[in-house]
Amino acid sequence: MSITTVVLAGVGGQGTILAGDVLAKVAVAEGHDVKLSEVHGMAQRGGSVETFVRFGERVFSPVVDPGVADHLIAFEETEAARTLTYLRPGGTLVVNRRTMASLPVLIGDLPAPTGLEEALFAEGAIFLDAEALACEAGSPRSANIVLMGAASYGLPFAVESWERVISGRVPLKTVDGNLRAFHLGRNACAEGACAL
Amino acid sequence: MARTLMSGNEALARGAWEAGAVVGVGYPGTPSTEVLENLVNYDGVRCEWAPNEKVAAEVAGGVSLGGARTVVTMKHVGLNVAADALYSQSYTGVTGGLVYVVADDPGMHSSQNEQDTRNHGVGARIPVLEPSDSQEALEFIRSAFDLSERFDVPVIVRMTTRVSHGKGLVETGERHEVPVKPYQRDVPKNVMMPGNARLRLRHVNAREGDLAAYGAVAPENRAEYRDNALGVITSGIAYQYVREALPDASILKLGLTVPLPDALILEFSSKVERVVVVEEMDPYLSLRVRALGVQIDDVDLPRSGELSPRIIAAAFGQEPLATRAPVEGLPPRPPLLCPGCPHRGLFYSLGKVRAVVTGDIGCYTLGSLPPLKGMDSCVCMGASVGMAHGVALAGSTERPVVAVIGDSTFAHSGITGLLHMAYAGSHGTVVILDNRTTAMTGHQGNPVNGVFINGEAAPEVDLEALSYALGVASVRTVDPHQLDATLAVLREETVAEHLSVVISKAPCALLVKEAKDPFAVDEELCTKCGACIRLGCPAISRDETGRAVIDTATCVGCGQCVQVCRFDAIVGVGPSCDLGGGR
Repeated sequence: MSITTVVLAGVGGQGTILAGDVLAKVAVAEGHDVKLSEVHGMAQRGGSVETFVRFGERVFSPVVDPGVADHLIAFEETEAARTLTYLRPGGTLVVNRRTMASLPVLIGDLPAPTGLEEALFAEGAIFLDAEALACEAGSPRSANIVLMGAASYGLPFAVESWERVISGRVPLKTVDGNLRAFHLGRNACAEGACAL
Repeated sequence: MARTLMSGNEALARGAWEAGAVVGVGYPGTPSTEVLENLVNYDGVRCEWAPNEKVAAEVAGGVSLGGARTVVTMKHVGLNVAADALYSQSYTGVTGGLVYVVADDPGMHSSQNEQDTRNHGVGARIPVLEPSDSQEALEFIRSAFDLSERFDVPVIVRMTTRVSHGKGLVETGERHEVPVKPYQRDVPKNVMMPGNARLRLRHVNAREGDLAAYGAVAPENRAEYRDNALGVITSGIAYQYVREALPDASILKLGLTVPLPDALILEFSSKVERVVVVEEMDPYLSLRVRALGVQIDDVDLPRSGELSPRIIAAAFGQEPLATRAPVEGLPPRPPLLCPGCPHRGLFYSLGKVRAVVTGDIGCYTLGSLPPLKGMDSCVCMGASVGMAHGVALAGSTERPVVAVIGDSTFAHSGITGLLHMAYAGSHGTVVILDNRTTAMTGHQGNPVNGVFINGEAAPEVDLEALSYALGVASVRTVDPHQLDATLAVLREETVAEHLSVVISKAPCALLVKEAKDPFAVDEELCTKCGACIRLGCPAISRDETGRAVIDTATCVGCGQCVQVCRFDAIVGVGPSCDLGGGR
């Protein structure tokens, strides 16, 4: 009974919830049993956020333990490092090349972390600049869909399923931009342009 | 039939609608909020946000008395507020089906305490159903309405964060129209004065036995026999974890956990060699199983917080999974007040008054974090007001005492506290943070902002007139983005020898649609004094030389930092390039 586990990690406000919803719906469209877990409420106010998506023949737990995830899609580098332990050895690590300082760093109580990219690279990270690709697609707000495009490269789903779910899930006037964003993310991985 | 991906809360809304509920009422609170937010989208159901859970429970009690089916929703701590209604509704029973949805928050993702609602079920002597996923959420709430009417009792559907916010595939059904029963006056059943209540208590006693007998045949309780070497008794989300962690174990899965089905527990225990109880939060199942004389094999599970498959696997002696080494030394990322948040301006000004600040529950509780450190206490909804009075009574400080409470929280349970301060002759100050919404739970309407749950306009309470009517001597309204003016009012009112209310009125930054141009720091003029940093705005940081830097993609142009800079170093820059995705 094989289950695939994906963790999305980022900062509240980056669009992880919509991205997780898209991924879960694509898995449903492809005939899998699916469970998704995320936490709403206070964490959304700029705090660390994580979404778990699991699919397979039958999924019980919506919650993911360290060492279980097959794919970690990080929307921000500090959060990539923070959630790295979810990813099993040999799992896929996709990291958006963006850092957002948390409040203790902004106000000078704690130093900004250093050497994150090197540490993540040593863990096999594939990097891409989701905001730049999203701007190329038309709006920086579709960075979350760029990252789903990148994730799609390593997931066993048809491009048509992704396109159908994205089209049905994002605001109507942003459908074209989001589809462009998805393909830019996917192509970046396909062409190896993701790598550092 | 096609199955739909739904959260537990979405499935509860669907199930309540299918069960023929005609009214949904509640008070928002994570993780329960989305039940009503989804139910309002169904035809044939009237939904309302009440000012607090007690009012919601009373409205629902009235709907039931009127003969119709109704659901009332809240988070675990909300049931404490509604408990006064619940414990006597247990006596009156129901006419139309009355179902409470109560969502617990193990691990306190978004709560001030951990609380196991099953205890309220025991205390009020009413049934509790515990779904373990979205499909069961839909099925159990449908059963709950039937049980409510069959046994003449309110029923609790107890959720937890992972069941409420987890999504899974759900097979939906059709709406079952239940005719509203004609109104019938029944004083002995519905007027709880001692003589009647004593008679109704006999009903409660008899009902408990009937429900316990039903538990033995309830479809929500089932024994799954696999390998009989190990039998696990469990409920709720823990069932899913046990299935993943211990695929061969026999399981007694309990869905109706108050009252517990003693006969089923004894039968299951007799058929397995080793009995273990796995449950989140309070040792509720294990106490009862032990009381039945069953020998439980204790495993090392945490007494609080959330379980997970690997926590359970470890408790049963399984080898840990291979994991990557954690990255050390990462700065934490607590949630924070948004850029442009009006609460930031209020707390910045309030900090200069050097008051003892009793706080309350909402986004503004984040103002207690550095650098604003704007709050000395936060306990429960409305507590800021009564506690401000109490701190002054203690007489241990010469500093002014200020209560800080949000608009929705004030409507919830701040008004009675303020009434008491007026009655008791307090000279304190209550700041009402009126950001025009119930922000923390996702921008719900409330009696202060004049928005109904369906988005329609509703009457807006006049906070100034209300405060005067309660007996407050001085009511002042300030714009918290205007720091000097806000500080001047706070200075006057906190030293005045009278009770005062300061209404800090400006909309939540997330409600402001028209974007203002961002600000930037003039490098020549910045003296690195750090004054702007002390606002704790996520758009402002220091560069490597210590100079302030504003991230123009994050800045929303509220202008608070311009006012704190004594060197005019923060200047307008025109529209941002929009790169970086701040907004």
